[in-house]
Amino acid sequence: MKKLLILGAGTAGTIMANKLSQQLNLNEWHITIVDKDETHYYQPGFLFIPFQIYSRNDVIKPSRDYLPPSVEVIVSGIDIIEADKNRVKLTNNKVLTYDYLIIATGSQINPEETEGLKNGNWYKNIFEFYTLEGACHLQKFLKHWTGGKLVMNIVEMPIKCPVAPLEFLFLADWWFTEKGIRDKVDLTFVTPLPGAFTKPKASKILNSFLDKKNINLVSEFNTGSVDGENNKIISFDGKEIEYDLLVTVPTNMGDPVIERSGLGDELNFVPTNKNTLQSKQHENIFVIGDATDLPSSKAGSVAHFQADVLTENFMRHIEGLPMLEEFDGHANCFIESGFGKGLLIDFNYDVEPLPGKFPLPGIGPFSLLQETKMNHWGKMMFRWVYWNLLLKGSELPIEAQMTMAGKRL
Amino acid sequence: MATKEIAGVQVELDDEGFMTNPEQWNEDIARALAAEEGITELTDKHWEIINFVRKDAKEKGQVPTIRRMNKAGGIATKDLYELFPNGPAKKAAKISGYPKPQGCV
Ligand SMILES: Cc1cc2nc3c(=O)[nH]c(=O)nc-3n(C[C@H](O)[C@H](O)[C@H](O)COP(=O)(O)OP(=O)(O)OC[C@H]3O[C@@H](n4cnc5c(N)ncnc54)[C@H](O)[C@@H]3O)c2cc1C
Repeated sequence: MKKLLILGAGTAGTIMANKLSQQLNLNEWHITIVDKDETHYYQPGFLFIPFQIYSRNDVIKPSRDYLPPSVEVIVSGIDIIEADKNRVKLTNNKVLTYDYLIIATGSQINPEETEGLKNGNWYKNIFEFYTLEGACHLQKFLKHWTGGKLVMNIVEMPIKCPVAPLEFLFLADWWFTEKGIRDKVDLTFVTPLPGAFTKPKASKILNSFLDKKNINLVSEFNTGSVDGENNKIISFDGKEIEYDLLVTVPTNMGDPVIERSGLGDELNFVPTNKNTLQSKQHENIFVIGDATDLPSSKAGSVAHFQADVLTENFMRHIEGLPMLEEFDGHANCFIESGFGKGLLIDFNYDVEPLPGKFPLPGIGPFSLLQETKMNHWGKMMFRWVYWNLLLKGSELPIEAQMTMAGKRL
Repeated sequence: MATKEIAGVQVELDDEGFMTNPEQWNEDIARALAAEEGITELTDKHWEIINFVRKDAKEKGQVPTIRRMNKAGGIATKDLYELFPNGPAKKAAKISGYPKPQGCV
């Protein structure tokens, strides 16, 4: 029996387990997947929790229900990957050997990386919504907040779902308006980027949305430390911004197991071939999702597109065929913009987000880089698509590679 | 792409004035590029960073991020901001004769 081991049963690991259990001959292959958690989290839903749109139960399900019966599931932490010996040690002391390894351990927030950020006011007037715990704490706080200066800060790029902080602000604008206290809340977006987004066309359009919604933008601010006593964030070059409520996206890094195993870069992301998704160091290791060092967005939709490419490459590789270098960095993200509306962006390594219609050129039903009700429904439908189609590796009506059809230059 | 004479050498530059061929670089070019960025004198500390950037970029095939300069090069992030104000990663890359660091999408 040949052994395929998948590390991480989040979005990417789950999709790969489903796809490869359908493709591989299971008389010849044994597939094992390891995760420390028995619960699968729908992370895109965390955004809605502070505003009471979703609650805890809307975003969690048992992981086992989404994994195929033929796959062996082990619930344990992963202690170390010994790539030179083709084996993995788990924290339950079990040792697993493999012929092929897929790393899908994702990325997480690390507030400890910023001086003073995790101070005595953590979860008192400093919050994050990139964990379920954080999102729930913020929900409780916002329920009774009567207003003041809210600062949304991205500490450092790259972060997963780079539009989530913007969506948070758009939703905050709507939520405080509904509560009748929008005039008592000052909303400020503080980002290390030169504008609201990484790419110029989308950035310009999103900047104008910030303007329209009366949200201040402070760009090129690289957070060096937080002064929790005086409620200030301070940049490396000494600029200061005061807050009453700080919502932060702390430094995102790969899991410490990557560092312990000597497989990562400075942020514990695994150096990966950006087209084939093979590890740059080891021929029998592949990497997918947020765990890679690719310059693509870290998003569930990206993991889905990567999974199509990786399945194909994996099947070719084990047959001794050359891999098709296919992954083009395709990302597709709905951006919730508040008041029951949303935007949509579609882009890849080389082509920035452009306006137009999607997925059917000229027809839609979704509009790219335009605020519509339909895009909002797309975002809300994404949860159903995620649990029922995406995780199972089913075909979605969107190609893995980006298309220019329907887009306006 | 354009070529421009800097410190007596014809160098290839991209639209934003970053060198596209690091082989053409020399220390005089670095001083001239630094002056363009408003850095009138390159001190020992500047050179330490420039040397690290050049060595690391050559080995890794890409210019180091601020975090990498800190972790692998032992350069304090605060120093970087002081020595290369307003965008130290970009400026250090430029003065070291390398293309602009690739952002992420
Ligand atoms: C607030 C928020 C909003 C988002 N919104 C969107 C959106 O609208 N659209 C979109 O497409 N994406 C969105 N995303 C991003 C999306 O959730 C992630 O990109 C996606 O889940 C990445 O999948 P992954 O499998 O790479 O990582 P994950 O899904 O994070 O899975 C990693 C798994 O590895 C396990 N693991 C890691 N290390 C170890 C270890 N040492 N031992 C054992 N197990 C380990 C973890 O327990 C986890 O289950 C959002 C994310 C957040 C936080």
